[in-house]
Amino acid sequence: MAEHTKDDTRDDTRNDGKDVTEQITQPRLGAVGWLRWMWRQLTSMRTALFLLLLLAIGALPGSIWPQRSIDSARTADWIANHPKVGPWLDRFGFFEVYASPWFAAIYLLLFISLVGCVLPRSKVHWKAMRSTPPRAPARPERLPSSATAETGADAETVLAAAREVLRGKRFRLHAHDAGSVSAEKGYLKETGNLVFHLALIFVIVGVAVGHLFGWKGDVIVPVGKTFANSLIQYDTFSPGPWVDPSSLSPFRLKVDKLDATFEENVTGRGQFGQPRDFTAHVTTVAEPGATPKQSTIKVNHPLEMDGAGVFLLGNGYAPVITVRDKDGNATFSGPVPFLAQDNNYTSVGAVKVPGAQPKQLGFSGLFLPTAVIDKEKGPTSIFPDAKKPALALTLFEGTLFPGGRPQSVYVLDTAEMTQVKTAKDQPLRIWLEPGKTFTLPGDRGTITFEGVDRFAGLSIRHDPGKYVTLVAALLALGGLIASLVIRRRRVFVRVSPAQDAGRTVVTVGGLAKGDDDGLQEVVEDVLAAVERRLGSST
Amino acid sequence: MTNETLAGYANVSLYSAMAVFTIAMLCHAVYLAGLLPARDRAADRAPDRAVDRAADRSVERELVGAGGGGATAQAPSDATAARHHDEDVPARARTAAGIGSTTTWLGGMLLLLSVVLRGLSVDRWPLGNMFEFAVMGSMFTSLAYSIWSTKRDLRWLGLFITGPILLVLGMAVRVWYTEAAELLPSLQSYWLVIHVTVAVLATAVFTIGAAATGVYLVKDAFARSGRASVLDRFPDAPALERTAYGLHIVAFPLWTFTLIAGAIWARQAWASYWNWDPKEVWTFVIWVVYAAYLHSRATSGISRQTASYIALAGYACIIVNFAVVNVFFVGQHSYSGL
Repeated sequence: MAEHTKDDTRDDTRNDGKDVTEQITQPRLGAVGWLRWMWRQLTSMRTALFLLLLLAIGALPGSIWPQRSIDSARTADWIANHPKVGPWLDRFGFFEVYASPWFAAIYLLLFISLVGCVLPRSKVHWKAMRSTPPRAPARPERLPSSATAETGADAETVLAAAREVLRGKRFRLHAHDAGSVSAEKGYLKETGNLVFHLALIFVIVGVAVGHLFGWKGDVIVPVGKTFANSLIQYDTFSPGPWVDPSSLSPFRLKVDKLDATFEENVTGRGQFGQPRDFTAHVTTVAEPGATPKQSTIKVNHPLEMDGAGVFLLGNGYAPVITVRDKDGNATFSGPVPFLAQDNNYTSVGAVKVPGAQPKQLGFSGLFLPTAVIDKEKGPTSIFPDAKKPALALTLFEGTLFPGGRPQSVYVLDTAEMTQVKTAKDQPLRIWLEPGKTFTLPGDRGTITFEGVDRFAGLSIRHDPGKYVTLVAALLALGGLIASLVIRRRRVFVRVSPAQDAGRTVVTVGGLAKGDDDGLQEVVEDVLAAVERRLGSST
Repeated sequence: MTNETLAGYANVSLYSAMAVFTIAMLCHAVYLAGLLPARDRAADRAPDRAVDRAADRSVERELVGAGGGGATAQAPSDATAARHHDEDVPARARTAAGIGSTTTWLGGMLLLLSVVLRGLSVDRWPLGNMFEFAVMGSMFTSLAYSIWSTKRDLRWLGLFITGPILLVLGMAVRVWYTEAAELLPSLQSYWLVIHVTVAVLATAVFTIGAAATGVYLVKDAFARSGRASVLDRFPDAPALERTAYGLHIVAFPLWTFTLIAGAIWARQAWASYWNWDPKEVWTFVIWVVYAAYLHSRATSGISRQTASYIALAGYACIIVNFAVVNVFFVGQHSYSGL
């Protein structure tokens, strides 16, 4: 590679932070000088590179340790199982990596560096796009790529031909002197590069808008039940800091039916029992008074309501249970969602009967869609579909909601409850199949397993920033492709009189930004086209 | 819904491809062995082999010393490479390379057949688990290499393409094999075709890029030390580096597209376009590392060697993303079927 083109062959228009002359002329830096020095360091290419690699390393812990924002239960388990390391990792934000100050520091510095680099470059590029190609060198044959030929035409004709050829190849032209033409093309390369970097900033803007103005909520809706989009109906609701949770769009949604199918034919490893299809059939009302509409929600096919997407992210079983007192009056009746614990939907849950007399009753245990009693594991499910459903419950009595504290619907808080035992002082075990009734000892009444319903686990999400992010990301991709594919090339054509009078020597030289294996070909192409044109015109 | 006969034929085709790739790999190895400088010296000038080589080396050292700059340090190997035109390559090596190239084509075609049969047998796009990903990835890698080698002489790269392909296919068959079946609901989307196919294609191009980068770094180390080796017959180091760069700038936009398409799909399937799922994290990390490679290559003061090491780090992340994250990390991409 020719040394003298080295500066030209690098895309590096960032300063290097090592501007030697500046440090010599300014040996003592004032406060402004130091700030400028820091700014130069931050916006230098080396720093950007370092921050990029740091960003990559910084993102990794979030994939290794469980993250609170994704799975808080697993995070709590991990910390509990690692009492020494856990709290320390927690202190340094390893369980909330993407919200941690150090991760934010990396990407904020990176984006400041990016802005500090891209804005000056945009200015330079703006000027470059409006300027003319530089003066042709006196000896274009010394450029990295060049080609020479001799023709019988005079200099004027040759240059005119060269101009037409170069214009046809979409070069921008300028003649600085009578004996040459300078041409340049490929300005879109730098434009693409700048668009890519600026679009990345808007990707972040879109993410920030989504974070500030977006919200998401999860809710479990058993088949037959209706969900109204308001704060109190959600099981969990996480609004962005600038969201008014009282102004959610007032749509309603009833789950009519939930279809679930599982792999039954292929028995190979990892396939048998895998889910194959989940479809929720729902009736929606966009706002009070509007006409109801039938739709379906599937995994990968969310339902788009006004300002929010409704996603089917989970499902499970809600056995319909009726509890009666000793006189046969129902004290509880309805579907009770049980939460799946494994791929075969061995599910845990609780039936809370606050209206039971004299003491409140609470049932806790398992729902098994295809029940077997395993010698080692006890009651368990061996297939996810409801082939042979059963409930395995134990009974507690006492105070269901001690102190009115919030508690999980799937778990009994047994702090102020006692387990009901059999005459042999064994915990009472209730095994129920659909349609069966179990009589509770001690005149506590009965419990009936009426049948099996399913529930839909819906996630409802509003993200006003997503289109900003999408458009910015696509722009970034377009800019990236332009910046990588397009070549910035300069071609110079110079004519000089040949030794034989009346003849002209044409020299075409080429200069490219970066490595350019195709440059020589372009130069030879231009020369050949010029010769062809001269040949055809004479 | 699965046609087991077709799935069986798909496996037969896959095993045939592996046998064919074994032949291809051996032939490429024979080709490289035939290039060994010692061999043709032995044929050309039998006596005083050792003395000759030592002299050769000292000449090269002088040249390096006289060059006094990074640009001219490559001169001896250029000269050596120039001395050995195709006619110098022993006939046996040329034959081996020819067989290697043909069998690589055949292996790629057999993989294509296997992929098509697998897709027909399950009546869906055959990219639902790690096994299918590995097979299609190998197919893209071998076909991309074969098609590209019709444009230029890539015989030097053959061994470093067929070797890894065999390794991956072996893993696919022994460790990642999953029986033909339908897809999980979360995978039943046309985004699977878009997102995962481009991901596989990008991985294939990154693989060839990593092979070229590896060859470049080794060749560069040999050229610096001035030791004679079979690498003298490869393209010169800067050309190798440019080749590797060219591959990376094809793969990088593909990977960017993978990332964007994945985010669009994630919004369809999981309600949020970005969830910091382990697979997403690693895909992002790979993107960032390769972005760092492109930046480092455009930064004056950072050597092409350093940049190449960053590219290899990116490829290491790709391997982790596939072989480790899918299997050992808990996340929403856990569909490997293992």
